Amino acid sequence: MNVPLLSPTRRMVLATGGAVVVSFALSPRATLAQAAPAQPKLPGSLQKAPFLDAWIGIGGNGAVTVFTGKAELGQGIKTALIQCAAEELDVDPKAVSIVTADTARTANEGYTAGSHSMQDSGTAILNAAAQVRGLLIGLAATRLNLPADKLHAKSGAVVADDGRSVAYQDLVIGQELHQPVAPQSPLKNPADFAVIGTPMHRVDIPGKVTGAPAYVQDLRPEGMLHARVVRPPSYGAELVSVDIPAVERLRGVIKVVRDGSFLAVAAQGEFEAIEAMNMLASVAQWRTVAELPDEKSIHQFLTRLPAQDQVIADKGNPAEQGKHLLRATYTRPYLLHGSIGPSCAVALYQRGKLTVWTHSQGVFPLRNTLANMLHMPPDQVHCVQVEGSGCYGHNAADDAAADAALVARAIPDRPIRLQWMREQEHGWEPFGPAMVSNVSAALDDSGRIAAWNYEVWSNTHSTRPGGPPGNLLAAQYLAQPFAPPPPTEIPMPEGGGDRNAIPLYSIANERIVDHFIPQMPLRVSALRALGAYHNVFAIESFMDELAAAAKADPVEFRLKHLEDTRARDVITKAAQEFGWRKDEQRPRGSGRGFAFARYKNLAAYCAIAAEASVDHESGEVRLGRIVAAVDSGQAVNPDGIRNQIEGAIVQSASWTLYEDVTFDRSEITSRDWSRYPILRFPQAPQSVDVHVIDRPGAPFLGTGEAGQGPTAAAIGNAIADAIGARLRDLPLTAERIKAAIGV
Amino acid sequence: MTILNVNGKQHQVDADPRTPLLYVLRNDLKLNAAKFGCGLGQCGACTVLVDHNPVFSCLMPISALDGRYIRTVEDLGSADRPGPVQRAFIEEQAAQCGYCIPGMMMRAQALLEKNVAPSDAQIREAMAPNLCRCGTQMRILRAVHRAAKLMTVELDTPIREAKR
Amino acid sequence: MIAAPSQHNGGWMVGRILLGLLIVIAVAFGAFFTWQWRGALPPATTSAHAFDPGIVAKGAELAAIGNCAACHTRTGGKPYAGGFPVETPFGVVYGSNITPDRDTGIGAWSEAAFRRALREGVARDGTHLYPAFPYDHFTRLTDGDISALYAFMMTREPVDQPNRPPDLSFPLDWRIFAAAWKLLFLDKGPWRNDPTQSVDWNRGAYLVEGAGHCGACHTPRNALGAEDKHRRFAGGSGEGWHAPALDATSPAPVPWSEDQLFAYLRDGFADRHGVAGGPMQPVVRNLRHAQDADVRAIATYIAAFAGPRDTADRQRQTQAALAFAQQREPTLGSLVRTTTGAAAADASSAGGTLFAGACATCHHAGGGLPASRPVALALSTPVSDAQPINLLRIVLAGIHPPLGQRGPIMPGFSGALTDPQIVALVEYVRAHFSRRPPWPNVAQTLAVLRGKEAP
Repeated sequence: MNVPLLSPTRRMVLATGGAVVVSFALSPRATLAQAAPAQPKLPGSLQKAPFLDAWIGIGGNGAVTVFTGKAELGQGIKTALIQCAAEELDVDPKAVSIVTADTARTANEGYTAGSHSMQDSGTAILNAAAQVRGLLIGLAATRLNLPADKLHAKSGAVVADDGRSVAYQDLVIGQELHQPVAPQSPLKNPADFAVIGTPMHRVDIPGKVTGAPAYVQDLRPEGMLHARVVRPPSYGAELVSVDIPAVERLRGVIKVVRDGSFLAVAAQGEFEAIEAMNMLASVAQWRTVAELPDEKSIHQFLTRLPAQDQVIADKGNPAEQGKHLLRATYTRPYLLHGSIGPSCAVALYQRGKLTVWTHSQGVFPLRNTLANMLHMPPDQVHCVQVEGSGCYGHNAADDAAADAALVARAIPDRPIRLQWMREQEHGWEPFGPAMVSNVSAALDDSGRIAAWNYEVWSNTHSTRPGGPPGNLLAAQYLAQPFAPPPPTEIPMPEGGGDRNAIPLYSIANERIVDHFIPQMPLRVSALRALGAYHNVFAIESFMDELAAAAKADPVEFRLKHLEDTRARDVITKAAQEFGWRKDEQRPRGSGRGFAFARYKNLAAYCAIAAEASVDHESGEVRLGRIVAAVDSGQAVNPDGIRNQIEGAIVQSASWTLYEDVTFDRSEITSRDWSRYPILRFPQAPQSVDVHVIDRPGAPFLGTGEAGQGPTAAAIGNAIADAIGARLRDLPLTAERIKAAIGV
Repeated sequence: MTILNVNGKQHQVDADPRTPLLYVLRNDLKLNAAKFGCGLGQCGACTVLVDHNPVFSCLMPISALDGRYIRTVEDLGSADRPGPVQRAFIEEQAAQCGYCIPGMMMRAQALLEKNVAPSDAQIREAMAPNLCRCGTQMRILRAVHRAAKLMTVELDTPIREAKR
Repeated sequence: MIAAPSQHNGGWMVGRILLGLLIVIAVAFGAFFTWQWRGALPPATTSAHAFDPGIVAKGAELAAIGNCAACHTRTGGKPYAGGFPVETPFGVVYGSNITPDRDTGIGAWSEAAFRRALREGVARDGTHLYPAFPYDHFTRLTDGDISALYAFMMTREPVDQPNRPPDLSFPLDWRIFAAAWKLLFLDKGPWRNDPTQSVDWNRGAYLVEGAGHCGACHTPRNALGAEDKHRRFAGGSGEGWHAPALDATSPAPVPWSEDQLFAYLRDGFADRHGVAGGPMQPVVRNLRHAQDADVRAIATYIAAFAGPRDTADRQRQTQAALAFAQQREPTLGSLVRTTTGAAAADASSAGGTLFAGACATCHHAGGGLPASRPVALALSTPVSDAQPINLLRIVLAGIHPPLGQRGPIMPGFSGALTDPQIVALVEYVRAHFSRRPPWPNVAQTLAVLRGKEAP
């Protein structure tokens, strides 16, 4: 399809070597010029950067560059997006490289979070690539003087039926790709897909297993200094005094940076920086103020705090009683992201400009926030996303970036590599919030759920830096500190603490209330799946309790209440592959459990069946076979989906069986892996099998977080089956299970 | 001045003898594979081999390494000619974020040098000191099994030829 | 040989005496043989449901205090199914299957048979049990407690696992020697309270001398393997570890107080002593199932062995130890540590350099971060003990909590450091963190542990 070229005055060119790569505007003026107010909504993130060359570039040698505003977190997004582009552009994926979130080079796609990457960026790139293909065919038609329908794209060239061809790079010599995006795209027929839907190998793995630089931790710009921060002993502590000269005298130390209660040190060598950090910590005097609630009664404490109540579902007359009324309360502790590599950032402040290399999930919001913290114009701050270790949500990446920026500003012209220590990550990252929910339901005579009441209490699940600096840890401790902005609940249909609080089941009478608690005794933010981990655990555990009351098989009971055919399909598939048989008798101490959820009721569908055996004497759980079925819409990379769900299952198993953040009345006490044990190899399940139901042509459904909740409930249900008693408080530790078993 | 034998080459390193090997590998020798995970010997992201034994390089002062044989992932092969352990991890796509993987590979290498066909239980036990937070354990187990098989094949054969 | 009466009178005398002796010996042996013989007791049938849950629960607590699972469970095996090798100076005895399996366990044992085993060390079929099974302690249990233990054992999961015969050198594999041992050393009968002592002390004494059998490791034994009753808690060994003295000769720099002992037994950590390591780890884990009051009673009784509390001498010793530790680790007990101390002072020595690079991050010299509460080495028993074996074992294997549970993690350095490096490190730690004389045998002990030399 032909799109008229824009007049030259509205085109901006970035000077890069070779043919044109990126030419979408960066300045605010041009950004305004880009807005297409009267256009219908564009697919995915195209709305955010509605020019083709914001997403696709073609180099002088035919190499294709994809630009995404999303970040590789280890979820395989780079590979999946390359597959999307390669498919629609008809190029060999090996000829495609990808640039991820960079405030100077890519579209602003906000945060790589909420399992939105395929839905937003994947959709955008798929469409942009298709439109570029169409554009190239149009250009070739003009060049070859043939009608477009006699041409097709193949292996990086436009080929005519008569055998003539023009390579892409010979068609794109100027600004041809600087075209506004159209609302419709000539997408390929999914039946013809040759790249999408294949388990293409991840493009980043070979480098990672052969020692290539891959992470922000591997950056080594010339003249780099190593920095460490000294955090206070507890929340809100004030730095009263510190003997800076004593530390600056140490060998290799370049400078101690103090701004109010923010304290850091930079040195020539890394070990020198660590020793200087220890020395600095020992000569710092703090006034502590923190008063944390009693960990043993944290859930009561939270539910007594002031809350903003919102009814998020109200159908029929839930006060109507059926024959059997059941009620239960479920709780979840604070959970750690626990990134295996503590957060790190490299920052350089030079000639009034700040560049930060960071593994933040959102470099654009981070850039604005840093600019505000440092009182700099945003266009003087450049944030580049570089991979870190898995973050699983809002961990300390942004805070490390802020720390590095502060040190860089104090030591201009030297790149500063600031690395957090394990104890700092464990103590200061924002945790997944503790939650409580009450559920009650009634069954009618036919064993159907007649009424359903659900209430959930939670803090916010997002304190991501998005402008106000107070969400950056360092900013709270500066001499002129920034207060954290008042937290808000993420609105439905996505939700925060209430994510997945509305069951997908068909229930005639239901009332669901979200109690949003603004006051945060512990620092909290988004952890993979947000409220869905707890809500799905609670709902799916309760579904089993109801099924037992109805004397129904747990799988049949769920199917009885579901009309959504895709939901029914994943449930049936998982049960079938697991070998789920009704009324199966199992030996004492051995159990099986089932659970299902559609993430956010909008994204991927996931059903999980699990086996568990429980040691009678110790209460320890051994996970047997775990079988999952997942529907992510069009599966771009089925192995990527399997990898994500396998990982979700093992990670969620760890959360569910072992994990909780511990604290005393003044500080966090789970400061390393010895005080916050997570699953190790001997505890991994006997096997994990993930079955992907492919839906060619269907919209992409976010998958990265779909497995957390169903895993927790499947395991909880398996334990309940094994021991004949129900545990409702996470984590399901050996101690708690033993107490439930008795002697 | 300390002389370290890393991956078969001698290196003169001018660092405090108390410096843990991890920082010397990364900063003085510019080797990326071994990673900082905790510095406490709890997570294994820093695992390298010393005299064929897996050690936490975050807790190994270089003063203890005079005359000893140090191996990192970089010695297991290259991007063009990956060794059996590397091939196995690529073929099984045994990584999510990949940060823990070099440590896993070295511990697996040490295991396979002593036990050519370990059982699942033996692999789980041997790998227990190494943490993976992404939940890639199942793939890592498959990769170690696969590496055991690959190691019995002629090791010098590049992938291209092996496909014959 | 009886000399003929017509031969020398002296030879005949000797002959008569010899004959007399032989007769005496034969009679004595006969008497002994008769005495030691035990008949089989008839098999019994019990049902798990026959037991009162409250009594089963009490039995569970006693089994926890007695740490039965430790010797009666093979590593990785089913609970109480036996197979665990108990090392003795005379060879290896394998813990038996005490699950209620009728064929391979004690499922056919009546309560009377069970009681006889605990009180007298005799199996249901009349076989004498080796004192590796510490019935010299279990004999102190009351009848009521034995009933509770029986109820607990009979309600466990039955496991079919035949017992392994012991690996004892001839002629000790003859059960009659066990009988002889009992004749000499077994003082049968339940505990009798000492009216001059408090209720808590007596409760503690009952638990320690009875189910707890702490002396089995912590009391020295004579050449025939019996506990030396005159040197109770003067130190012994268990599973290849030295079980340090708990009496006045205790090597702990700070004398053990009741509170510290309680914390150690309850939490596995006492801030003036250190963490529970080696065979004490499962003991502490099991004690979690015991009542607080009982753990405190045990602490009371054991602490009494360390000597009277609140003496001026004890205060002085405590203060001196704390001051010494403070000097070596300047900000003891606080979260923020300085970099002076161990690392800086002896940085030039091989052992000191090793310590600074391999140990100091956690063992406070220079640590500025609140990692899991590190042991103050200058207060820990292994460093000040009479023998280096415990410290060596810890350095080699590290300390690891059970999977999934919170607890200190110390990596082992067995593969990481060479033997000379380990020796240098251990000698440095001894020199720097204790006020005791150097151990003369670190290298030899390490060689034995490595299997390179005979013990």
